[in-house]
Amino acid sequence: MSSASPVRVMSGNEVCAEAAMAAGLRFFAGYPITPSSEIAEELAVRLPRAGGVFMQMEDEIAAMGAVVGASLAGVKSMTATSGPGFSLKQENIGFACMAEVPCVVVNVQRGGPSTGLPTMPAQGDVMQARWGTHGDHPIIALTPYSVAETFELTVRAFNLAEAFRTPVILLMDEIIGHVNEKVRLPDSVEVVERKGPDTTPDQYLPYRHTEDGVPPMAAFGRAGYRFHVTGLAHDETGFPTNDPVEIDRLNRRLNGKLERHRDAIVDVVRHACDDAEVAVFAYGSVSRAARQAVDEARAKGIPVGLLRSRTLWPFPDVEVRELGEKVGTILVPEMNLGQMAHEVEWAVRGACHVVPFGRVDGLPIRPGQILELIEQAVSRAGAGVRA
Amino acid sequence: MTEYSKYLRLDKFPLIWCPGCGDGIVLKAILRAVDRIGLDRNEICMVSGIGCSSRTPGYVDVNTLHTTHGRALTFATGVKMARPDLTVIVVTGDGDATAIGGNHFIHAARRNIDITVILYNNWIYGMTGGQVSPATPMGARASTAPFGSIEPNFDIAALAAGAGASFVARETVAKPLLLDRLIERAIRKKGFSLVEVMTPCPTTYGRLNNAGDAVEMTLYLREHAVSKAKAETLSEEQRQDAIVTGVLVDLDKPEYAEQYARLAERLRAPAAFSRA
Repeated sequence: MSSASPVRVMSGNEVCAEAAMAAGLRFFAGYPITPSSEIAEELAVRLPRAGGVFMQMEDEIAAMGAVVGASLAGVKSMTATSGPGFSLKQENIGFACMAEVPCVVVNVQRGGPSTGLPTMPAQGDVMQARWGTHGDHPIIALTPYSVAETFELTVRAFNLAEAFRTPVILLMDEIIGHVNEKVRLPDSVEVVERKGPDTTPDQYLPYRHTEDGVPPMAAFGRAGYRFHVTGLAHDETGFPTNDPVEIDRLNRRLNGKLERHRDAIVDVVRHACDDAEVAVFAYGSVSRAARQAVDEARAKGIPVGLLRSRTLWPFPDVEVRELGEKVGTILVPEMNLGQMAHEVEWAVRGACHVVPFGRVDGLPIRPGQILELIEQAVSRAGAGVRA
Repeated sequence: MTEYSKYLRLDKFPLIWCPGCGDGIVLKAILRAVDRIGLDRNEICMVSGIGCSSRTPGYVDVNTLHTTHGRALTFATGVKMARPDLTVIVVTGDGDATAIGGNHFIHAARRNIDITVILYNNWIYGMTGGQVSPATPMGARASTAPFGSIEPNFDIAALAAGAGASFVARETVAKPLLLDRLIERAIRKKGFSLVEVMTPCPTTYGRLNNAGDAVEMTLYLREHAVSKAKAETLSEEQRQDAIVTGVLVDLDKPEYAEQYARLAERLRAPAAFSRA
């Protein structure tokens, strides 16, 4: 970051809009919903000045449809919502997965289920981000833990979407969306553009089974690449097929394309993990509290570490397994009733204890609560406090 | 004489539609209109939802997008705003556009965005096997209204007009040469335009309602079609089964993409005109 950039006080939602612009966003369609509306409000001011388009649509479904349409026409596109809206968008998110349309879907999570707690934080949509739309499908979900990190991960969301022709979910939560923090934004960011066609129009296959699993993508327009896009199972030409061989091939490439690039996508931050006997797995705003709890425990001489996951999907199973083999216990505090704890348990496959800790009363998990969990785990395990 | 083959993906033939379906007549009318305007294949984007009508784009050699049920207009809105230079045509049906997609239909019309909607109205859900639609006439049978529909049906053209469309027309497939003229005018119109095309579904609607074969159903459409001017002279009772055809709305009003461009220009203009 350049020292020339001024320090600013911004909320996560404001920074998300700022980062989206820096990443090349030129089309936003949304629908008002707490606690994400500030993203739309900010972009309503920014986009028309920057040669982009902002639209408030008639509903959440329309917003998601418009985003996919604009991206197919070659423009970087995004929408932002919260739980109820995220539910409504799922069908068209599935279309974007199937038709391989890059786009970013921001979900500033609030308490659920249903209308739930519009102004209070939660992390109840982490499984919906993975499995909200029907059928096997690939998805990427990122979880920032601070305002500054929201900038970084918003840019990354666009870059991953473009690189892998896939929707990317940016899973914020009400705390990250609304908290105001000091940030120093970078002067420039690295921006990835989608891979364009490498053939003449008559040779172009919009869903070619390429070596890296990502087909080059033309844009609707006048360049002559007239291609067909459908949510139906299709072959390399993009047209519907009922051929079981082609259908199987499509589904396996679709789901395999993120798997094979998993190492480039998965992003974890390890804090004090080297000699840890107890570890915390956390993400989003909870990982912020967890970091403080770990530092406080370390000050007391407790050997505890933190694995902070900045990508929830694909899940960092290898990294979690590795950690599970080193420590006796992994604590999983989260603002839901153990959604990711299940995933952690599956990843460690019995290598260590996994202790879920869920809070679903609309209040954030405090560092003190996590510290208490750490101390309980240590005393249960009889792990000694180092002198 | 239109050389249809230049606009068609002939390798995708035969068409998915049943024998006697009117959808092929609409497809040809669209191609005649496009040809007469002289549109290049690369400058058209044809978008559809789900249903029989929505299979049309697969056969047309332009930029084509077959979306989710009812949502064609939302995707089309994104395409149009990202590439205002493209001619965007939405192909949809009565169920797709006015049931599951009803909200998008009225709002696209209200916005008056420059999209042309060709709505194939066959009074029923054909592809899924003949379920009742918002266009099914009251009393008519459908697989999910086995004792006759007890719901009033939409006047789809009036719905679009009420919502703010700048061009609204209705025609039947019994008059294909009038149909392509209306589609041509709709595409040329700057703003949201709708051509509601009455087309027979002998396979589901015809069978369930003893409405006869394709020929009989097409003759029915021809016999019940009346011009707007003539409809005004009819009594309410006479108008009951009439299909009012022709141009129903033709207004000049601000179009959304142009309004947006104007706003963007104003924001880039010197401070006196700018908000900030």
